[in-house]
Amino acid sequence: MTTATDTDAKADTSAATAPVRAPLAPRRVALHLGALAALLVMLYPLAWLLATSLKPADEVIASLDLLPGSLEWSNYSTALDGVNDVSVWRLLGNSLLIAGGAVVGNVLSCSLAAYAFARLRFRFRGPLFAFMIATIMLPHHAVLIPQYIIFNQLGMVNTYWPLILPKFLATDAFFVFLIVQFMRGLPRELEEAARIDGCGPFRSFFLVILPLTRPALITTAIFTFIWTWNDFFTQLIYLFSPEKFTLTLALRSFVDASSTSAFGPMFAMSVIALLPIVLFFLAFQRFLVEGMANSGIKG
Amino acid sequence: MTTTTTEQTATASAARTAPAKRPGGRRREGAAWVFLSPWVLGAAVLTLLPMAVSLYLSFTDYDLFNPPRWVGLRNYTQMFTEDPRYWRSVGATLTYVVIAVPLQLALALVVALGLKSMRRGRGFYRSAFYAPSLLGASMSIALVWRALFNDGGTVDNLFGTGGWVNRPGWALLAVALLTVWQFGAPMVIFLAGLQQIPTELYEAASVDGASRWRQFLSITVPMLSPVIFFNLVLQTIQAFQVFTPAFAVSGGKGGPADSTLFYTLYLYDRGFVASHMGYASAMAWVLLIVIGAVTAVLFRTSRTWVFYASEGDR
Repeated sequence: MTTATDTDAKADTSAATAPVRAPLAPRRVALHLGALAALLVMLYPLAWLLATSLKPADEVIASLDLLPGSLEWSNYSTALDGVNDVSVWRLLGNSLLIAGGAVVGNVLSCSLAAYAFARLRFRFRGPLFAFMIATIMLPHHAVLIPQYIIFNQLGMVNTYWPLILPKFLATDAFFVFLIVQFMRGLPRELEEAARIDGCGPFRSFFLVILPLTRPALITTAIFTFIWTWNDFFTQLIYLFSPEKFTLTLALRSFVDASSTSAFGPMFAMSVIALLPIVLFFLAFQRFLVEGMANSGIKG
Repeated sequence: MTTTTTEQTATASAARTAPAKRPGGRRREGAAWVFLSPWVLGAAVLTLLPMAVSLYLSFTDYDLFNPPRWVGLRNYTQMFTEDPRYWRSVGATLTYVVIAVPLQLALALVVALGLKSMRRGRGFYRSAFYAPSLLGASMSIALVWRALFNDGGTVDNLFGTGGWVNRPGWALLAVALLTVWQFGAPMVIFLAGLQQIPTELYEAASVDGASRWRQFLSITVPMLSPVIFFNLVLQTIQAFQVFTPAFAVSGGKGGPADSTLFYTLYLYDRGFVASHMGYASAMAWVLLIVIGAVTAVLFRTSRTWVFYASEGDR
């Protein structure tokens, strides 16, 4: 919310110095009405999800009302029991483990690679950097099957390694690029000063550069968490024991279910699966929005 | 004074052309490779090697259990000439890309323009419109979408359209609308781009009597064109690879009548359900080439319409 207040504050001062803009008020009202109307449509599916998760089975279908006739909290207790005899807590733990591992891996490996690309000189830096950028556009499917074969040979299918290990090897080039862009904006004098003080590249990375790169690292961490949490495809191909399932995969078992009686519990579980993202969003929206806005589009 | 400056420039340029001669240059080169080592390992073992292997596998028959059997171009000829489902998946994907990406970007731009001229609440709206971009990729929302567009779902009740997800053609549109709903990410990027256009340009145009529409066409679009291009490339590449919503809407089958059998869904079906890894590899390589070609075409045409204000100092 800091951004909102910042912009408002700026706008207020400009309004004070430029009263000429006041006659435009009706246009502004129209803008707000339009934005609010759009927002209502946008948020309807989320409201519907929340409402449906609390509805009794017979009200789910053929009812436009968002407010349930009676609150059916048992949907949530059914959801907590989980799927295939695996409790929601276990599924939640699995999801957290994978997302947490991915966050640590990406922040570590991507910042190391980014520092080399942004600040150090080495042979083939240009071509390697170009290759790194190109892998951002590379469809995951082009490497998917051999990766699966490799992890299969290593006996790692149906474990979490295929989901976490690649993150420790900086395979998400998007984040390397994001951190490179950020590091390039830091003044070089800092490292020169550190070098005069006797810091080698490692100490100046850990003591000088890394702390200053914190905003980019936080953006990387949050996006990695949310994208890993939402990821479905990789989990679908690598995990098949129900007790190793994540929340996303457990929801999958509802995909085939055609009976509408499971609607309430299914959407209760959907809410539980969305909750961490919503919390992350509310807590870190400034980083998220700015991280997205700054993702390499500055000319 | 003049001599010293020249000397300084000379040493500076010498240092620039021969960085290895600097004291400690060797050590720094070594350090660079240490920093780079996880990435190098990942690029070699999880990117380059798999690309080569998947190219090789695309010429084989391989089921994960028996050794790959070389079949030459068989997978490709089968794909292009004997597999109607393959072409249906191509058709579904292209239709989806052509519907979803322009709609999503147009909406993103319109909303960004609206928010740009707002004084109050811009930050709030920006965050609120962005939220679906994060939530929408989840299985939870894909399931909501299926219910909303199903028989008796909200859309059916409001417009009497029947269950979109059960009707060929309409199911695809439902998935496309889910993508359009996530216009927040490109919108945020548009908004950042709009805020970098100098206001003097608009002021000068107003003085010259240019209409708002004229200002949009002659100032906003050219000044924003690098950002439009960036969003177009990014969203197109992503759209080609969409998977989760199609899987959820169609119960993993790509139905009705293969209308949501997106390319990646069919690739998953061939590789991981039917165990035709060679065939799936061939599909992956065609996808790689198509995405590469589309990106190349976008880059090539961009020369005619993307305008870089700061071309000089690039």
